[in-house]
Amino acid sequence: MYNKTVMDHFRNPRNVGVLEDADGVGEVGNPLCGDIMTIYLKIKDERIADIKFQTFGCGSAIAVSSMITEIAKGKSLADAKQLTNKDVAKALEGLPKNKLHCSNLGADALQLAIQNYEDKLAGVTRPEPIRKEKHEHSHGEKCYCPYCDIEIQEGITFCDACQSSLEEEH
Amino acid sequence: MKVVNLDHISAKPLLPEVKTVMIEAIEKDYHNPASQHKSGEEAAAVLQKAREAVAGLLNCSTPKEIVFTSGGTESANHAIKGVAMANEDKGKHIITSNIEHNAVIRSLRRLKASGFVVTSLPVDSGGRVNPKDVAEAITKDTILVSIMHSNNETGTIQPIAEIGEITRKKKVILHSDAVDSVGVVPLDVQKLGVDLLSFASNTFYGPVGVGGLFIRRGTRIFPLLEGGVQENNKRGGAENLVGIIGTGKAAQLALRDMDKRLIHVRALKDKLLTEMPNVIDEYIINTHPDYSLPNLLSISIKYIEGESVMLMLDDNDIAVSTRSACATGSLRASHVLLSLGLSHADAQGTLVISFGIDNTEADIVTFLKALKNVVKTLRDISPLYQNKSPL
Repeated sequence: MYNKTVMDHFRNPRNVGVLEDADGVGEVGNPLCGDIMTIYLKIKDERIADIKFQTFGCGSAIAVSSMITEIAKGKSLADAKQLTNKDVAKALEGLPKNKLHCSNLGADALQLAIQNYEDKLAGVTRPEPIRKEKHEHSHGEKCYCPYCDIEIQEGITFCDACQSSLEEEH
Repeated sequence: MKVVNLDHISAKPLLPEVKTVMIEAIEKDYHNPASQHKSGEEAAAVLQKAREAVAGLLNCSTPKEIVFTSGGTESANHAIKGVAMANEDKGKHIITSNIEHNAVIRSLRRLKASGFVVTSLPVDSGGRVNPKDVAEAITKDTILVSIMHSNNETGTIQPIAEIGEITRKKKVILHSDAVDSVGVVPLDVQKLGVDLLSFASNTFYGPVGVGGLFIRRGTRIFPLLEGGVQENNKRGGAENLVGIIGTGKAAQLALRDMDKRLIHVRALKDKLLTEMPNVIDEYIINTHPDYSLPNLLSISIKYIEGESVMLMLDDNDIAVSTRSACATGSLRASHVLLSLGLSHADAQGTLVISFGIDNTEADIVTFLKALKNVVKTLRDISPLYQNKSPL
C-alpha cells in the first residue's frame, strides 16, 4: 500500500514528542476523518531550531508528520512558510490518492504553528491554535448517514431511515 | 515467511480435503450439468451431491431450496432486489437494521432511488436489534425485512428466530445475511423462520467465489441473473462446478465437525479475552458478551488509529483487520461502530481479530505480545494519550 520511504517514516518517525515551552503550537484535524496532528516549534534567530510532533492517525498521517518536521527543522521561517502539502508528498515519493488529505494536514499544522508563534510575538491572542476539519466530501462523494449509511441530502440534520439526529456531523 | 492469519473474516484457508476434491474436479473436466447427454448427467449428479450437503448444513426441507451464487454479495443482491421487484405490487416498504453489510445497504440504496421506502432500525449498545422494533415498524406496505444473522465487524448475533416469529405472523418475507455464521455456528432455517438466507463458502473453509441463497419454497422472488434455467430457474448461468464441489465438501465437513470446531475457536477467544487486560488497557470490547460469533473479537483501542496498528502488526507478520476510516477506503468511520454508540475517535482505533481451526494458542500469544508493543509505540506518538511512558 505504501512505498519504502513512507514506510520508513512510519516505522521510524523522526521528531516525535512535545516541546514543553514551545514558541508556537499548531493542531489540525478531527476524529471524524481519523487524523489529528500537533506540531511544536522552538524558534531561534528566525529559524526553526527544534520541532516536534504528535499524531493520532494512519500510516500516512504519521509518515507525513515525520517528514514535514524533518524538512522544516533548521529552515528559516521564511522558507518554512513556503512548505506545502505537495512538497511533503513529493519528499515521501508519493502517497495513495485517498491519503493525500493527510499531507494537507501536515503542512497546515506547521503553518498554524508558525502563525501561533507570530501571533504571540505580535501580542495577538487567537482562540486555541487548533483547527477542526469540517465534515468534507473528498473526491466528489455523495453524502451518507453515518449510522445507517443510507444516502442523504447534503446538510440535513435528521435521517428518516434510521431516525438519527445528525446535528453534529453537518 | 509464515503470516499468522488473525483476519479470518476476510479470508480463510481452504481445508486440505476441499483442495483435494477441487483438484480432482479440475482434472476430471466435468461437462455442463445442464446438458442432457450422459456427460452432462454425470456433472448434474455431482452438483446435486454438493447441493444436498449444503442443504443438510442448513436443514432445508429440500435441496431445491439452495441456489448457488458467486458469493455472499450476489446472494444479498438477489434476495433484496429479487423480492422487491417481485412484490412491488403489494408494497414498497422494506425494513433493515443500521448495521448491515454494504451488499445489503447498497442494494437498498438502489431500490430507494426507484421509490422504495426503507426503515433502518437502530441497535442497542450491545449491537442487537430489538424484535419489538421490527414488529412496530411493519406496515401494510412492508414486503421485506432484511436483518443480518451475525455482523462481520462486531461478531454480534441477532435474535433472528424471534424476528422470524414476527415476520411469519405478519406474512412478511424475512431475509438474513448469514455470511459469517453459516458453517461457524449451528444454523437451522426451520428454527430461524427465515424465507431467505445468504451464505458464502469461504466462511466454512470452501473456495472464495462461491456462495448461495436459501430460498424457502413458495417465496415470491425474481432472479437476479436472468438467462438459462439453471438453479431451478432461479439463477441463470452455468454453475461454477469446481467451486461448488469444494463448497459441498466444506459443508459436509462443517456439519460433521461443528462441535469440535466450536470448542477450538471458543478456547482461542477465551484466551484473548482473559489475557488482553494483561497487555493493554483502555480499550472497548464491541463484541456482545453472550450473543456473538465464537471466532471473532472486535476491540476499540483508545487514543490510537486502526490502520497504523494493522501496519505495525503486519510488520510482525500478523494479519488483522481494522475498521478505521482511513483503512476502509471510504474515509468515513464505520456506520456499524457508530451505531453501537462509539465516539468517532474510539471507532478509529478498532481492530477485528478473527480466527479459525488453523489457528493455535501460540498464535494468540504471539499476537498479544506484539500488540502490547504496538499500542505502547503508537500511544507515545498520540496527542490524545496523556499518560506517557518516560522516554
